[in-house]
Amino acid sequence: MDIYNNHKRLFGAAIFLFIGLTMFAAVFPALDSQNNNAPLPESKPLTSEEVAGKGIFIREGCIACHTQQVRNVDMDKMWGTRPSIAADYARNVRTDVWRNTANLMGSERTGPDLMNIGNRQPSEDWHLLHLYNPRSVVAQSIMPAYSWLFDVKEYAFPEDVVVNVPDEFRQGVTGKIIATKGALALVAYLKSFKQLKLPDGKPSPLFLYGKEVKPALAGTTSKLNTELDGAVLYAANCQSCHQENGEGLKGAFPALKGSPIVLDKDPKVQLTIIMKGYNGRASEGFGVMPAVGTNNNLKPEEVAAIMNHERTSWGNNGRKVTLTEIKELFNQVKSGPVAK
Amino acid sequence: MKRSLFFLASLQMMAYPVLGETKVPGPTAVEAPGSESALIVFLVVVFLITMAGLALWLFGNSNHLEKLADRADENAESWISRHLQDFDEQQLDLLIKRRGTRQGQQGNQGKGATWKKPFLLFLFLSSGLTAFAQSGEASGNVWTNPGVLITVTLILIPILIAIYIVAVKVSHLVRKVRTSQIRKNAQKLARSIDELAGEELTQELTKRRQALRFRLSDTELSGVQAPEDKRGLLHHIAEVDSPRFIAPKKKAVKRPDIDPTLAKLILWYLGTATFWLVLGTSVGEYLGIKFVAPDADHVSWLSFGRLRPVHTNMVFWGWSSLAMIGLGYYVVSTVSNTVVASLKRGWYGLVLINASVLAGSLSLMAGINNGGGEYREYIWPIMLLFAIGLVITLVNYLQTIARRKTKEIYISNWYIVSAVMFTIVIALVGYLPFWQNGLGESIAQGYYMHQGVGMWFMLFNLGLIYYFLPQQLNTPIYSYSLGILAFWTQILFYTLIGTHHFIFSAIPWWLQTVAIIGSMGMLIPVFAGTTNFLMTFRGNFHKIGSSYTLPFYLVGIIFYFTGSFQGTAEAFRSANLYWHFTDFTTAHSHLTMYGIIAFMLWAAIYTLVPRLTGKEPKQAWVGAHFWMALLGLLFYTIPLMIGGTLKGMAWLEGKPFIDSVVLMAPYWLWRAIGGTLMWAAHLIFAYNLYYMIASKTQGDLQKAVFAELEKLPVNPINQ
Repeated sequence: MDIYNNHKRLFGAAIFLFIGLTMFAAVFPALDSQNNNAPLPESKPLTSEEVAGKGIFIREGCIACHTQQVRNVDMDKMWGTRPSIAADYARNVRTDVWRNTANLMGSERTGPDLMNIGNRQPSEDWHLLHLYNPRSVVAQSIMPAYSWLFDVKEYAFPEDVVVNVPDEFRQGVTGKIIATKGALALVAYLKSFKQLKLPDGKPSPLFLYGKEVKPALAGTTSKLNTELDGAVLYAANCQSCHQENGEGLKGAFPALKGSPIVLDKDPKVQLTIIMKGYNGRASEGFGVMPAVGTNNNLKPEEVAAIMNHERTSWGNNGRKVTLTEIKELFNQVKSGPVAK
Repeated sequence: MKRSLFFLASLQMMAYPVLGETKVPGPTAVEAPGSESALIVFLVVVFLITMAGLALWLFGNSNHLEKLADRADENAESWISRHLQDFDEQQLDLLIKRRGTRQGQQGNQGKGATWKKPFLLFLFLSSGLTAFAQSGEASGNVWTNPGVLITVTLILIPILIAIYIVAVKVSHLVRKVRTSQIRKNAQKLARSIDELAGEELTQELTKRRQALRFRLSDTELSGVQAPEDKRGLLHHIAEVDSPRFIAPKKKAVKRPDIDPTLAKLILWYLGTATFWLVLGTSVGEYLGIKFVAPDADHVSWLSFGRLRPVHTNMVFWGWSSLAMIGLGYYVVSTVSNTVVASLKRGWYGLVLINASVLAGSLSLMAGINNGGGEYREYIWPIMLLFAIGLVITLVNYLQTIARRKTKEIYISNWYIVSAVMFTIVIALVGYLPFWQNGLGESIAQGYYMHQGVGMWFMLFNLGLIYYFLPQQLNTPIYSYSLGILAFWTQILFYTLIGTHHFIFSAIPWWLQTVAIIGSMGMLIPVFAGTTNFLMTFRGNFHKIGSSYTLPFYLVGIIFYFTGSFQGTAEAFRSANLYWHFTDFTTAHSHLTMYGIIAFMLWAAIYTLVPRLTGKEPKQAWVGAHFWMALLGLLFYTIPLMIGGTLKGMAWLEGKPFIDSVVLMAPYWLWRAIGGTLMWAAHLIFAYNLYYMIASKTQGDLQKAVFAELEKLPVNPINQ
């Protein structure tokens, strides 16, 4: 055939086919996605501090391990309340003349997804400690330590944000560990990752491949199947601050082991703190606790399982709460005031 | 005869109850109401299969016995003539001798088989008993009750054991019967052979006896004269006097001399590529260690997030790309039967691409990157250097092909030139800003990174293989048509598959589906290509053992098939559930970029460089490079695939995320071990390349002698 003896025709045909398919599979869909997705009504542009934080997020290559996409599959439910949609990324535009739009979606999940981290972990104290050395809050973590985002000073100025790093992670640092502007900006940027509600009437995509709920087998007691694993729920929601041994971190997160609130016969205060957060011990140097239960959409069954885990672990010998009493208190607490 | 008939009959009768009892549990199990337990069905099926197998085996045995019985009567003469060729010298001697003396010999028929009757009767009875037992336990109908299940199992165990023992006994019996049958036949035959008459047979036997005595003189081919190489065909004869620890491989074939200026250019491409390989994989090795020891350092320039793109870009644009372009200069000009259009342009390309990798690596470590999209982490001014290098290369290749002295364009050049053309388009789509906002960035990213690996590295390497493989095997490529099919289908399907990195994401569902279909379609070029290469290998597989380059080709081709097929499998939505985001992806990318691309490049380099320099690497070191790279790759990828799957399963089960980090620890350790092997292999490769290029020729006594001789003045003999 002539085409195989004529380089102009052969290579012309090949590049023509390739460009045509490129247009179909990449350029036109990209243009379409860029031009037809506006930001959600509730979304706000990043503040200047958050923009600076995004710069550090890009600089340090966080995307290598952290995705930002809640996929529409059931297993991703732990990362957000709804699957991500194109509009969630609409505010992500070209960084500057030198640098392209930041890649946020990522392709590896060596670390947790960050799509909703602003709701899942809103505690600034936790993030700063975690950045200084991730293993100070999550013992098994393999994330790099970003100690160059912190200064060491002999004395802290009043406006300085001091990070109370546990002794074993100070690595001989004797002065005060101060978060730099960069660290604070990065945390501010991370805290801005919040999944927003879709406007009324717009249906949220479904989570696919859900687990089938198996009906309880006849003849077996229902208790076995309905009681949730408190230890797993504690690990997913509470452990990063209060630690697996319930002892918290000195100067950062209070211990639950032997805590009078946890051991209190009346579960109301404990439940209120889980659902609405707590800042009662900030004066002692402890961080502010976010409203974990509300942020993570915990159900009464899950909260009860967590509370019972806390009440009966690490030598704690508190009274076990029942699901009925938590269900009763649940709505009351939700609409009530924050615990003091 | 009668005895064996009786045996057969009893055997048949025993087989019937065995067969019969298999039918008993079947219907009962199926009819059992509400029986949902897969376990029961499984047990019943296993039992039925065992029984059916046993029955078949017994039938087989009985048939065999019948055949034996049929063969009882044999004609002695026909038997001898049939087996004449099988007799050895001693047997023939005996026959001939006996025919000379012809003495009758009385044999006594044995009565060995009489004991069998009562035993068979016992078997017959006990087989009936087993049948009885079986039907007894099977008559129950409360199958779902665990108690019944356990009881049934407990009963089944002794029954199965009994059946096994019976089977063993029967098998012994059959063997005994067979032996006695043979003995009986033998006696009969021997007697009738002994009585045979006829001079003709004696002659035939004697003739055969003589034929067997024939021996070769060992000089049929060589004659009796001393050997002499009159035409100068033999060189460097290696005689083996001691055991060889390493099998010797063939030396590279002498090729026509290559323009030394072109050789220099290619060697510079390969040399800088190897530099980036060693440096880039050192970085990769350090990254692998960081998974195991995250606090290895706290230096910003060496942190994981910054070094990861340094590693990937360095081995992509530094090692693979430079090596490919360098090898391309040889292939493009050689298959066009002409010289490279401009060597100067080749040098410009070399400098530009090296500058791009150097500047890019430094800027990434300093924290300046393009936004984190994989393989386009270099900011555009740096990537522009690379792109200009590519454009220069393309012009050079195209002009060389335009000046070709052959009519047709060899298939290597389709692949190579298309790869360069497409990569320029890919870089433009990835770096032009007009469609990069919002999710447009992710769509462009999926396209860019996957076209980068498939259209740049894969296409270019296929082009190289289409030249080097037939060259090295000294055989034409199996099918040109398959090459054409693979070429066009690769363009058609591969261009579509970028989005399969974002399955279940916010990218339009239809585009994800297109990507999955494209991934499926990729099976066509992969099958076509693999078939083509393996069929080219056909009939030449024996050459692998005696070559130090062919193993690299074979490994590259095998990984081309498995790695690409794995990519298709990963794209399916159901597989993606498990594997997406896990370390499986890392394993896959190393299986392909290393198993296919790096191995093919090494194959080509070990083939080409001895032609350019006339020096060959040390064979043992090439072997060390090959085995360490291959084993390292397997140690690297297999644990990551296992760990990645377990990780995906843990996520599917909704386990806390940190659990999946903890479970990966041993697999990451294996990865670091495999990575270390690979890295050490690269050091050896670098040494081999150095040896091929710059090794001082070792003191050669022969050359030295002649050099000295030339220096000596020609003295008259009668001094």
